[in-house]
Amino acid sequence: MSDVILRVDDLKTYFNTDDGIVKAVDGVSFELKKGEMLGIVGESGSGKSVTNLSLMKLIPSPPGKIMNGTAMFDGENIFDMSDEEIRKLRGNRIGMIFQDPMTSLNPFLRISTQMIETIVLHQKLEKDAARNRAVEMLEMVGIPNPEKRINDYPHQFSGGMRQRVMIAMALSCDPEILIADEPTSALDVTIQAQIIEVIQELSRKLNTAVIMITHDLGVVAGICDTVCVMYAGRIVEKGTNDEIFKDPKHPYTQGLIKSVPRLDQPSKERLFSIDGQPPNVIDLPECCPFHPRCDKAMAKCKNTYPPLTTFGEGREVRCWLYEEDK
Amino acid sequence: MAEKTLLQVKDLKMHFPIEEGIVIKKQVGAIRAIDGIDFQIEKGETLGLVGESGCGKSTTARCIAQLHKPTGGEVLYNGVDLCNATENDLLQARKGIQMVFQDPYASLNPRMTAGNIIAEPMTIYRQRRMLNMSKKEITERVEDLMEKVGLNRHFKNRYPHEFSGGQRQRIGVARALALNPKLILADEPVSALDVSIQSQILNLLADLQKEFDLTFLFIAHDLAVIQHISTRVAVMYLGKIVEIAKSEDLYKKPMHPYTEALMSAVPIPDPDVERNRKRIILTGDVPSPDQERHGCYFYDRCPKRLDMCKNSIPQLKDHGDKHQVACHLYK
Repeated sequence: MSDVILRVDDLKTYFNTDDGIVKAVDGVSFELKKGEMLGIVGESGSGKSVTNLSLMKLIPSPPGKIMNGTAMFDGENIFDMSDEEIRKLRGNRIGMIFQDPMTSLNPFLRISTQMIETIVLHQKLEKDAARNRAVEMLEMVGIPNPEKRINDYPHQFSGGMRQRVMIAMALSCDPEILIADEPTSALDVTIQAQIIEVIQELSRKLNTAVIMITHDLGVVAGICDTVCVMYAGRIVEKGTNDEIFKDPKHPYTQGLIKSVPRLDQPSKERLFSIDGQPPNVIDLPECCPFHPRCDKAMAKCKNTYPPLTTFGEGREVRCWLYEEDK
Repeated sequence: MAEKTLLQVKDLKMHFPIEEGIVIKKQVGAIRAIDGIDFQIEKGETLGLVGESGCGKSTTARCIAQLHKPTGGEVLYNGVDLCNATENDLLQARKGIQMVFQDPYASLNPRMTAGNIIAEPMTIYRQRRMLNMSKKEITERVEDLMEKVGLNRHFKNRYPHEFSGGQRQRIGVARALALNPKLILADEPVSALDVSIQSQILNLLADLQKEFDLTFLFIAHDLAVIQHISTRVAVMYLGKIVEIAKSEDLYKKPMHPYTEALMSAVPIPDPDVERNRKRIILTGDVPSPDQERHGCYFYDRCPKRLDMCKNSIPQLKDHGDKHQVACHLYK
């Protein structure tokens, strides 16, 4: 198991609010292997983004706090690192791209300034060499005429092009991990296809592990190796791409897959839908948070949180249905 | 045929002027948001309108509701041209045309209770003496509507922030239904919602359509959603309609190269299908709509372009079974 580069164990991130403690992430564990493409799916508020912001120690504190857990990266626990050490990691060994490329670039600075700053800081290159590296990266992500475009400001790029700039910037220091937080959600489908292709191609070429956070099951099915499904701050199911889509075990995953209309299977039938709404994660009782919406809920689902049931390597479900079988 | 047509749009154009100058404004150009589109919607059907951002989908809906005054063309609702209608006629027609908006956070007034939001269209028409309902009847209707869209009637004194996204969209739908409309213009009604909530709202819309005999113009950028809910689908690109077909035909045999690319770009939640699919990846971005075009609007990005496409604008032609395409590849 030496090829595991990131191991997150029992991560808990809570936010103190006036209404009570929000358990945004409540005991998340997963592993990321070298060059692996890991998908994290879930609806808004399920804790996908907070999980990954925690990994970069980007949780605003207060109100947020990482209460528990370890994240072992290259033999070191990220959560024990000092601010100085974590700064060396961010943007250098762990790159990150966000959903909205406009708000993640500084509108007052030229692309060149922003890209060169990162490279000079982390790679200790001279300015000229850093500039060449930046141009090379822009070319790699498919920006036409990179020598000229590098002098432009972010507003001179379209949404898709800006996201390419973000990818170029995130990958400019050859990170071992790329965290992509809904990288295509703000983009149109044809542009989404372009961006996904770029991410996929580059991660293969540079052997970068990718954590892909998305709510779009289609995106996950297309590119991910392993998938984690999150609900109310916890991972409720984990498995390979094929396992999750062909043999979903958790009723939430099953419902989610069934409720998406499919382009290749047109049907005028009523869509399957999961009743109710995602729970409020403030002061959640110790029960399965999905039970009010679950059509297979049993008495014990209301009282205790289901334990982890494992089926072979890396296949995990948190549901009382499977604890019964054993 | 003509009797069944509820709405007909003829050569609709909407150009937004670009102005220069601070005191003395001068028009220096125009954003051609819609550049001449024709389509019709028949009673009881759902016409889906898809396209990428900036292609003019929302502007089309707004022009039909006359929220924008179109630059040119006609919008015939029940035979009346709304673009040139008198104020009174327009008010009458608008009773029958209602909108549901994308953002359930921005489209509800945060200072009004859910009950007042749903009652507002009725109150306005009552004040204008165009609706014969007493205040008590309006209150009853609000409660009825809330139940129809799946909201508890006791919630009518709550404010929008007390509802979740899906519930707010239900309030928006109830408001649109208040005046017993014939045509609902739904502008991306599910795009801002989570997957599990999205299917709830889609089912709700389908149920209401059956119950109240509604006709929909359904706008979305998600092709799978469009295909599911629509009887026919129109694909827009850069202010033009490039293809209209029955929804089941569109994925099976897309004719326009843009439709083909669009269909192939949509991810499908099935790893097996994804592995074996061939994607047509379009190069480049959608060009800016600020110039007059003399050739096909898709020319710059088209993988199958011909020489003639540069200088001649293809017209929408019927290729049997109501499958209309605007492309020079098909003669």
